[in-house]
Amino acid sequence: MSVASGGPLKVLVLVKHVPDAQFDRHLAGADHSIDRSESILSELDEYAIESALQLIEARGGAKAGHTVTALTMGPERAAAAVKKALQMGATDGVHVCDPALAGSDAAATSLALATAINHLGGFDVVLAGMASTDGETSIVPAQLAERLGLPQLTMASALELGDDGVLTGRRDSDTTSTTLQATLPAVVSVTDQGEEPRYPNFKGIMGAKKKKTVTLALSDLGLDAAHVGVAGSWTHVEDAQARPPRTAGTVITDEGDAGVQLVDFLADKKLL
Amino acid sequence: MFELNDEQQAMVEMVRDFATENIAPHADRWDQEHHFPVDVLAQAGELGMGAIYADEQFGGSGLSRSDAVLIFEELARACPTIAAYISIHNMVAWMIDSFGDDAQRERWIPGMATMSELGSYCLTEPGAGSDAAALTTRAVRDGGEYVLNGTKQFISGAGAAAYYLVMARTADTGSRGISAIVVPAGTGGLSFGALEKKMGWNAQPTRQVIFSDVRVPVGNRLGEEGDGFGIAMKGLNGGRLNIGACSLGGGQTALEKSAAHLKERHAFGGALINQQSLLFELADMETKLVTARTLLWRAAAALDDGADDALKLCAMAKRVATDAGYETANAAIQLHGGYGYLSEYGLEKIARDLRVHQILEGSNEIMRLIIGRMIAEN
Repeated sequence: MSVASGGPLKVLVLVKHVPDAQFDRHLAGADHSIDRSESILSELDEYAIESALQLIEARGGAKAGHTVTALTMGPERAAAAVKKALQMGATDGVHVCDPALAGSDAAATSLALATAINHLGGFDVVLAGMASTDGETSIVPAQLAERLGLPQLTMASALELGDDGVLTGRRDSDTTSTTLQATLPAVVSVTDQGEEPRYPNFKGIMGAKKKKTVTLALSDLGLDAAHVGVAGSWTHVEDAQARPPRTAGTVITDEGDAGVQLVDFLADKKLL
Repeated sequence: MFELNDEQQAMVEMVRDFATENIAPHADRWDQEHHFPVDVLAQAGELGMGAIYADEQFGGSGLSRSDAVLIFEELARACPTIAAYISIHNMVAWMIDSFGDDAQRERWIPGMATMSELGSYCLTEPGAGSDAAALTTRAVRDGGEYVLNGTKQFISGAGAAAYYLVMARTADTGSRGISAIVVPAGTGGLSFGALEKKMGWNAQPTRQVIFSDVRVPVGNRLGEEGDGFGIAMKGLNGGRLNIGACSLGGGQTALEKSAAHLKERHAFGGALINQQSLLFELADMETKLVTARTLLWRAAAALDDGADDALKLCAMAKRVATDAGYETANAAIQLHGGYGYLSEYGLEKIARDLRVHQILEGSNEIMRLIIGRMIAEN
């Protein structure tokens, strides 16, 4: 694609509008959907935006013609997630918005996203957070890579793009740190181990007003409503219940043998 | 006027996030250790807080006074002292941007906008406070240079700032004989007094700035000779709004801490929040803050519009907001009982910090003088 042949780097960042994780979250209604009244751009997606901005800034940024497009799929109010991305520095936005998309599971979501990406003409790098902070399936980037037929670098951090068009990233586990490479175009999901996302500065906030956001409905994408939303989902939530509140732990009253009781308790639990 | 637009909401949210993560957790320690966090100021500068209402041409953020008061209130919720220093720095940046020529703006604004270079406002002298026009620091022309001699008092940022905007006498014609001159740090003959020991505002240095045959090029003067007093007063109009906003931020935090404390604290068989006398106190605190905020926003809009009554409204808003902030913080100490007197609860710091807002940027008595004279003149 474009970048390997010296053209501008085109990065797409997938962003999601999710219930603010700092508040208690509630499931509501017959479809067990989450209450979305207090929603923000997913904090994990901010890491993807930061990575995207660093990829283009390392090559001269938007001034040099490189682009970071922020794409969200969701109801009208989800446009706020794109707006925040534009304030942080994304160059333009796309909002895939159609009532028929409501209730899409990961597979249906990845279908809609892949269709939108093809419709937009493709990108060098498609970036996503490691998970959304609401559904937390973590599977959409992998499904998307499969649908687009692209290599995937999931759960990555410390991205670097060589002049040869090879993208390098690091994947950390508890015991190992693996360096992975993919040729572009590629789908990448990033963890929260990378650099802290920037705050949108005042210039970014004021400048976002002038940036373009395209809204796409299913008809624009040529996508059949039967393949997305509840109808097109492969999985369905049958039931959901709040977890019972935690019960109080064991209270040991010291009558001279508290130490012994404590050791017995820990030994019982195989913690000693 | 009373609803924030989308951009203002985004700015407030950003400043709140920034201040909550980078200022609030350290404010008590900075106060205790008398630490001036220039690194955090530089972070604020990167976000556009160094030249908030200066033009975008040389790096300012190009925002309005109405935007600025929102920003300062948010910063002050985390720490009034840091917010107030940023206000003073902005005052200097705006004066250079508004009254400097393009060469001066190009030289000084970029560094000030990012707060990699800090500014100090040098008006008050040991013998000239409220009667600023009586200042005696002198700048004598010698060829292409001014030679400055004199002492400035209570200077925020002294010793740490890169630029000192000095109001100095160039003629013995009262307020019309004062000029505004930029003295860069490191200029020969520039020195500083000892760090002042203060009731509050400990996270920023306050020192004398002393000029002994300090030579700077005539090209460091903003505007014409004799323009200095007008420039200094215009700078203060915005400074008064900002310092008022800083008081509201501190007061707001004190109010929120008090409401939380009264809900949590049980005495006489129930939560204190159920005691009507205490609830009335909370209601008075909230009413004072909202009254002051309403006037402050009106004054900011007047300054944005260049309205005839802007000076008067700024004076009124400064007086009302700084009184409201201090009174709220003081009431919060009382509502917390003995805990309010402990440093750990953060309330005594707010009260100590806000106390000086009633004194500086023109004391509240001077604000009443400005307002009263305008009535008398009509």
